[in-house]
Amino acid sequence: MSLAPQRPVSAVPRLVRVLVFVLLASQVALTALQPRPRARAEELSAPPPLPVLRCLSGGDAVPLAQAMTLYLQAFDNQPGISIPFAQLDYGTVTAWLKRILDLDPRTQYPLLMASQLYAQVPDEAKQRQMLAFVYDQFLVDPDRRWQWLAHAAILAKHRLHDLPLALEYANALAQKANGPGVPHWVQQMHIFLHEDLGEYQTARELLGGLLSSDVVKDPHEIRLLIERLEHLKDAENSSSTSGN
Amino acid sequence: MPLLLKKIAIIARFTLLEALRTRLPWIALTMAGILFVASLFVQHIAIAETTRMQSGFLAASLRLLTVFVLSLHVAASMVREFNDKGVELLLALDLPRAGYYLGRFAGFAAIAGALALLAGAVMLIVIQSSAVAWWTISLALELLLVAALALFCVITFVQIMPAISFVLAFYLLARAISAVRLLSQSPLLSPSEWSTRAIAWLVDALAWLLPDLSRFTLTTWLVDDTPGLRTLAFLAMQSLLYSALLVCAGLYDLYRKSL
Repeated sequence: MSLAPQRPVSAVPRLVRVLVFVLLASQVALTALQPRPRARAEELSAPPPLPVLRCLSGGDAVPLAQAMTLYLQAFDNQPGISIPFAQLDYGTVTAWLKRILDLDPRTQYPLLMASQLYAQVPDEAKQRQMLAFVYDQFLVDPDRRWQWLAHAAILAKHRLHDLPLALEYANALAQKANGPGVPHWVQQMHIFLHEDLGEYQTARELLGGLLSSDVVKDPHEIRLLIERLEHLKDAENSSSTSGN
Repeated sequence: MPLLLKKIAIIARFTLLEALRTRLPWIALTMAGILFVASLFVQHIAIAETTRMQSGFLAASLRLLTVFVLSLHVAASMVREFNDKGVELLLALDLPRAGYYLGRFAGFAAIAGALALLAGAVMLIVIQSSAVAWWTISLALELLLVAALALFCVITFVQIMPAISFVLAFYLLARAISAVRLLSQSPLLSPSEWSTRAIAWLVDALAWLLPDLSRFTLTTWLVDDTPGLRTLAFLAMQSLLYSALLVCAGLYDLYRKSL
């Protein structure tokens, strides 16, 4: 860069000085008069294949995955469209989310988008599609992705009112998510779902097994689970009495 | 022809002559040839829409190639002239600084046009359609803007590295600014937070100062829909306006330089 002293501004012809300001103002006016850029749901095309993306990333896949995440997110941001997610092709969205996870397996962002954003649309088929995606991706890395499947199980129970599906997810959590960072309640979800399904005996057996396995060490939690076990026994007795 | 215009034309002619003598046409032709061969490879490995894949790859890569070659040529040519004290020599003659600057710009603009024509000719091998003409015109307008930008940068920074870095950063930002605007205004980002509003405002302000290069020279014109005259008229207006602004900004800097 030149460090040479500069001549005064008066050395610049007046016409040039005026033109700089006039043209700058014209540029601002021209851009400001243009309509704001707006993303449209139908413009989301399928993501490039994974080998192409790996090639484009130049060996550093994480920034590319992050850029793809933000790009995908831009399609959720559509002023004037009241339910933008529902207008997206969920097959394409799933492909994008999967590609991002393939590039950056440690990121949680795509699973957050799938379970917290795309699964919120008032369209049961699309909700199920997103939950299935979360389930598939949970199986790839259960100890790191358990929270998204736990959320999916809650959605399946309360939003879809599909207890068998919620139980399937909770069972997967109990069986696969056993890492040191996974809280105990994750392994207990399926027990209470069995209870909700009226399968008191199964729930009682599972809870009893959990208590005897010595996995739960916190005295408060143990007391709470024992109370729950007693409650299950009462419920089982009353259901068998009413059955008779 | 007035005397000043004649001087401008002479400088423009020598700028073109310099491009010829530094083998710019051969470099551009060789690189375009390599890209064409690469596009054949893309066509060969594609299992569907082979022509579409080939033309998409070729159009995007030719666009980047011409921008890269032109900006490097402008920067190298001007830095060489600064280092050889050619600028001082020329300005010692009866030639206003504006005459020198406009002459150089006219020469580089002609080179930009020639590079766009070369890219259009290569595209014609793959796609025989009037869409190639629109694409070529748009590329010429884009390259005109890049030539003005590179000239402005090299006048300001005098060295190749900072000038080219600035040109590339500016070019990438100008192509991405629409997407950046979309990202900055996501409703997911809590619009009530002052930092979100400040960033959105800042990005908007930046977008007003930059040309929207994401609207120039689109591959979709070649493979899907041809642009309308209205689109091209806007691109011409944007390119001419911004090039004029950069020329005036460069002139401002040149007049303030103590040579």
